[in-house]
Amino acid sequence: MDPGAPFAYVAPYMSKPVAIEGRAASQPALWSDYLQLLKPRVMSLVVFTAATGLVCADQSINPLLGAVAVFCIAIGAGASGALNMWFDADIDGRMRRTRARPVPAGKVRGAEAATLGIVLSLFSVMLLGMTTNWLAAGLLAFTIYFYVVVYTMWLKRWTPQNIVIGGLAGALPPAIGWAAAAGETPLNAWLMVLIIFMWTPPHAWALALYTSEDYAKVGVPMMPVAKGAASTRKQILIYSLLFTPICQIPAFTGLGGPVYLAVSALGGAVFLLLAWRVFRSRAGDAPDERIEGEDRLYAVRAGSKDARNLFAFSILYLTLLFAALLAEHLARIAPLELL
Amino acid sequence: MTSLQDDTPPVTAAPVDTAALDKARRGRNIALALGLVVFILLVYGVTLVRMGGHIASRPL
Repeated sequence: MDPGAPFAYVAPYMSKPVAIEGRAASQPALWSDYLQLLKPRVMSLVVFTAATGLVCADQSINPLLGAVAVFCIAIGAGASGALNMWFDADIDGRMRRTRARPVPAGKVRGAEAATLGIVLSLFSVMLLGMTTNWLAAGLLAFTIYFYVVVYTMWLKRWTPQNIVIGGLAGALPPAIGWAAAAGETPLNAWLMVLIIFMWTPPHAWALALYTSEDYAKVGVPMMPVAKGAASTRKQILIYSLLFTPICQIPAFTGLGGPVYLAVSALGGAVFLLLAWRVFRSRAGDAPDERIEGEDRLYAVRAGSKDARNLFAFSILYLTLLFAALLAEHLARIAPLELL
Repeated sequence: MTSLQDDTPPVTAAPVDTAALDKARRGRNIALALGLVVFILLVYGVTLVRMGGHIASRPL
């Protein structure tokens, strides 16, 4: 046994209670390890989308209260991340992408991660409620519950539709931001939620197409593992065909302006093109035994490249969509209201 | 008699780098202290904004 290896990695079938309590004492936990538990990169996306929702509400809110509201939503998202890392430590330790996380790496005990997650959940919900209103706080509490209990503990290891349904948790921050500013969530707030919700499947499955070996190894039924790469590529295309028209709707409902319409239309065309390329590729397929030599490797690599391109562009596209909305509302550019 | 003897080697604890442990603990404590200060300032600022106007308008 390699003493430097993560405990869950060398004991893949260790029961969860043992796995989460175990700890390699070789490395003392740094403050940055606890910060890592909060998934800072996910938090940055949540901050961005929640702030966009808050600004798009077009309500005058004290800047300090607005900043605290976004801070609370970010901390709530971080708390969800810590609870996710506690519960998933047993599988995280066996996947390349996640085995360096603080709990499977043995830097932070599972119980500590869980405690941090619970404390920050309570803190973020209570402070958001007292700072803004209890509709926003209730939505934040629901988001944390949905991500930790419904997605992490239930759906993730049970169904290939895990990220489709679980994606709701990642989609809700704009509605929370809107509720924090306005005390209500009109249709335009839910339209922003719908955009992120429909964006999640092609985004996550594009990634899963070239990391499916990891998921298969730990028994997480991601779509390429459960239904195969060809089915996944087809579903990516179907979701993209639904997602890109939905992105145009804000220009018709008084949410988006001319900049938004241009970004969503041009970006949507590129998104569809990339999704079509993934559909036509062999991304996620096992190497074809009939192809000889280097050609065989190249065929698989080319498909992976298409999936990587879609994955990277999906992040850029969502960022541009929300940046356009944010910029238009800050600059007070009148929305189009084409309907 | 050999079957009654414990042949497993004695468990030796991994060497502990006390200096590294102290440094890590100090870093964690400073981060925690900063977090608490930020929390106090947040509650103080939010209280001023949320209640300030009402307090000013209360009859003496």
